Amino acid sequence: MSALLWALIALPLGAGTVLALSGRRWNGYVPVAALATALAALGLAVAVAFARPQVSAPLFAGVRAGLRVDGLSAVMVVTVAAVTAAVLAFSAGEMGPGEDRGRFFGVMLLFAGAMLVTVTATTLALLLMAWELMGATSWALIGYWWRQPRRAQAADTAFLTTRTADLGLYLAAGAAMAGGVGSLRLDALSFAGGGWLHLVSAGVVVAALGKSAQLPFSFWLSRAMEGPSPVSALLHSAAMVAAGAYLLLRLHPLLTATGWAGPLVAWTGAVSALALGVVAAAQRDLKQLLAASTCAQLGFMVLAAGSRGVAAGTVQLVAHAAVKAGLFLAAGAWLTALGTQQLPALKGAARRLPPVGAAFTVGALTLAGLAPLSLWAAKDEVLAAALAESPGLYAVGLAAGAVSAVYSVKALWYVTRPQPVHPAVGPATGSAAGPAAPLDRSAVLPLWVLAAAAAVLGVLALPGPAHWLRALLGARGEPSPHPWEAGVSAAVALIVTGVMWWLLPRLPDSARAAAPWAAGWLHLERAAHALLVRPVMALARALAVFDDRVVDGAARQLARGGLALAGLAGRADDRGLDAAVGAVAAGARRLGSLARRPQTGVLHQYYAQAVVGFAVLTLIVLLVR
Amino acid sequence: MLTVVTFLPLLACAVLALAPRAVPDRACVWAWIGTAAADLALVVALWAGFDTRGGMQYEQRVRWMPSAGVGYHVGVDGLSLPLVAMVCVLFLATAVYALRETRRVRTFVCLFLFLQTVSIGLFVALDLILFFVFFDLSIVGMYFVITGWGHGERARAAALKFFLYTFTGSLALLLGFIGLYLAADPHTFDLVELTRRNPLAGQGLYAGLVLLAIGAGLAVKTPTVPVHTWLPPAHTDAPAAGSAILAGVLLKMGTYGFVRIAMPLLPGSWRHYALVFVVVGVVSVVYGALVALAQTDFKRMVAYTSVNHMGYVVLAVGAAGTLAGSDVQARSLAVTGAVVQMVSHGLLTGALFLLTGVLYDRGRTYRMDAYSGLAAHTPRFAAATGVAAFAGLGLPGFSGFIAEFQIFTGSLASQATATAVALLGILITAALFLRALRTLFLGPPRLPAGIPAAGVVDLRPSEAVATVPLLALALLIGVVPRFLLDVVEPAGRAVTELVAR
Repeated sequence: MSALLWALIALPLGAGTVLALSGRRWNGYVPVAALATALAALGLAVAVAFARPQVSAPLFAGVRAGLRVDGLSAVMVVTVAAVTAAVLAFSAGEMGPGEDRGRFFGVMLLFAGAMLVTVTATTLALLLMAWELMGATSWALIGYWWRQPRRAQAADTAFLTTRTADLGLYLAAGAAMAGGVGSLRLDALSFAGGGWLHLVSAGVVVAALGKSAQLPFSFWLSRAMEGPSPVSALLHSAAMVAAGAYLLLRLHPLLTATGWAGPLVAWTGAVSALALGVVAAAQRDLKQLLAASTCAQLGFMVLAAGSRGVAAGTVQLVAHAAVKAGLFLAAGAWLTALGTQQLPALKGAARRLPPVGAAFTVGALTLAGLAPLSLWAAKDEVLAAALAESPGLYAVGLAAGAVSAVYSVKALWYVTRPQPVHPAVGPATGSAAGPAAPLDRSAVLPLWVLAAAAAVLGVLALPGPAHWLRALLGARGEPSPHPWEAGVSAAVALIVTGVMWWLLPRLPDSARAAAPWAAGWLHLERAAHALLVRPVMALARALAVFDDRVVDGAARQLARGGLALAGLAGRADDRGLDAAVGAVAAGARRLGSLARRPQTGVLHQYYAQAVVGFAVLTLIVLLVR
Repeated sequence: MLTVVTFLPLLACAVLALAPRAVPDRACVWAWIGTAAADLALVVALWAGFDTRGGMQYEQRVRWMPSAGVGYHVGVDGLSLPLVAMVCVLFLATAVYALRETRRVRTFVCLFLFLQTVSIGLFVALDLILFFVFFDLSIVGMYFVITGWGHGERARAAALKFFLYTFTGSLALLLGFIGLYLAADPHTFDLVELTRRNPLAGQGLYAGLVLLAIGAGLAVKTPTVPVHTWLPPAHTDAPAAGSAILAGVLLKMGTYGFVRIAMPLLPGSWRHYALVFVVVGVVSVVYGALVALAQTDFKRMVAYTSVNHMGYVVLAVGAAGTLAGSDVQARSLAVTGAVVQMVSHGLLTGALFLLTGVLYDRGRTYRMDAYSGLAAHTPRFAAATGVAAFAGLGLPGFSGFIAEFQIFTGSLASQATATAVALLGILITAALFLRALRTLFLGPPRLPAGIPAAGVVDLRPSEAVATVPLLALALLIGVVPRFLLDVVEPAGRAVTELVAR
């Protein structure tokens, strides 16, 4: 059995590496190979979901790398594998033979494989490895079209933002070790002792919020739209952003253990759901609208995790994965066929490509939270958990639900309009009025599968299946929505949908693009630049100058000082010691020449000298005596 | 056996130096490759026969200067064996890379063979004077490499600076060694003997001064802030092969000295002054990363990341000396992480510097803004550099993560604030590597002025064979680290226990 689990992660990671290294060499076969891998992984995922194997291997001293499939992981692996297979099936048509398919499909498989490891890891060390690998592969995917500088920049933004948050996991690992959880097992983290427990929770929460693009990290998801549509479809649904929500659901005992982390997470989720919902409603670009709606919908999962609604959060995660993957694939199909993702230019898009339009309609209606589709049911579960926690959370959540109907209807209204006679936009951006490229059959099937899943996954919230799911997740005793709650949310969604549908044609085009702060994603990226990026860069440049002038300057001065000292010593040597020696020599010479003076060689002078000498001697003798 | 491993390159160097003039240049390089490969094979055999729980092995003692307490004493344990293996791998890679060298090839090869003996000798030396001799000779060898094959007049200045700076450091080291010698009774320079006797236990100020001398000497070589400024010019102006060895091997001599000499021989003062090392480490991490972020010259940037990466090692060994708040598991994790970081940095920065050499070969400049979209011309080169950069920023799946994760996890318990600050290092490193990749390889293709697109060829086979195996090895350590950790962990625990005594 354990071999199945190893195979589940080795297959996509191994095949992904091989494909990524192959480049364009086998461009024709790559999509088939990738899809086959994804389908095999799906089969393995279903198998391990039933078999529930558990494996581990030693990693560091006292820390093991463990994989285990429990109830939550079982749901996650199947979701991840299924969405990956659907997205890859769709991508075969999207990424034409002219693209570098080896790189694209290979990295997609690596990305999905990293997510599979993330949702099955039992220790923080292994989870962090997969978590960061996912970030790096997302960089490669977002920057797939690397010749355009803005896409490469977007990839950097996404990676750096998520890595900033990832530091939380490094901190949590160290704090867990310090707190006595030497094994770093996820299920033991809540037993960390002393004040370390708070540090572990804080680290985990920051990392999860960053990955899930919750406030204040949301902006990276907006930039992540620069990647190909299939990337968005996977990144926004079952992988990457879902990892943050998964981590919070997985570690809810940790959130409960601290006391403050649960409410903090719940409120962050609720506020993100509302604020990013408003951002979504203000977008004019379909992919940007969907991106902001991802943040908002993930807000519900985060809200659920913070309110001890594990089952609710899981249902929301699975249902949203199906909905959002389908919506992004549809948006991608229009982008490929019509060359635009601007909402005004997409008028009539749903009518030009009816198979895509139908799938998009189902997805958008689900996203709006209309009964009896899946997200309505899921959101009610979340709201029930929130109500059990605090009425304020419930109110914000309900408002966020109403906003989700606003942006969903906005998107739907545009694409289902009759085609304009005169296209509003120029040929540069393309228009729905232009000739639509035919759609591959292979692309339609995954769309419909996802749309069908989006519609019916709500059954997980029905009493019978809900009971089964709770038993599976070990989350018995979580609050279920009362009938009146379900009724209220259904009514809210229906009314908002109706009002929007009536209102939109009556609004002037300019008014449909709302406040600039909302359209600009709350200016979060600008704030990050102003508060972090620019000061850090300025500091770096200042330090580089400091390093050259002061640190190295000191070393150079020291060297120069040494030289000066040597010069001084040299001078002292020349003018002092050597001069003294010279002076002694000169003195000796002068004495010598003085001594030579009497030696004249003339006899009478010698006599005279002798007489003087005797006279002096005699004088001395006389005086001394 | 160890003596053979150590002196085989020197023997080859002697043979080559005495060989007739008619021997062609290529034959010299192939002789070097053959020697390096044979040496690596010997080390693999050593590794295969190594007992992970056996402590010091393959020991050899020969009387050398018994009256001065100096002997030829070599051996390997879990700290030195991985480093010896890394040295052999890196020299082999450099040898393959040198197939493209055209200037005074025979002298070049001889110098590197000499350097290889010196490097291996340092890591197997178990006598302080032997260690010091190799420590100093490495400076001499590298000086000639930088002056002889560097980039012009500036290289001579840089080499002089490198020589004087690190030579001053080594004098401080010698002073410390003499301090240790005098304290031991009977006087000896033998490392194993000194470790056992712990001669400076309880000698407060004297021991502190000895640690200061040794610490300062090693800090210059490592290098740590603020004695690191010899590094950027030496790297920028050295030839690629020289940079690879300088960063990959010579810097490790400093950090290895900490775990081999400073910690086990001066445990009391190490614990007492651990905070100093922690602070120096953290400052090196953050400062090195920030200064690297501000560089516009790719090679200089990579050089500064070495300051950052070596900072983690110093932080870890400092934290391993802080007993309060940490348990043995945490401290040995930190020491193990430090040793893995030495191996990992050797492989990765070696690969990065060789790839930097490729960049210079193609575009004749290291200035990043002179390039754009190189991936269009040289996809394989871009891929290799991309992998090396991501490995360098500590991406899981590569050796850097295995090292840094252990360092952080092991250090946080005793040095929470310092470790939390040091974590910023991996973020800044990520930023600077991504920015470099984006500037050089992504975006619309553009080459430096005067470089024809036809002249820019992708990674040549010899360049690929020199760099890709280094990255593959880093990947192997990153994915299945046990083969390395099984060797390092017992030794790391032993050092931890020696420090705690």
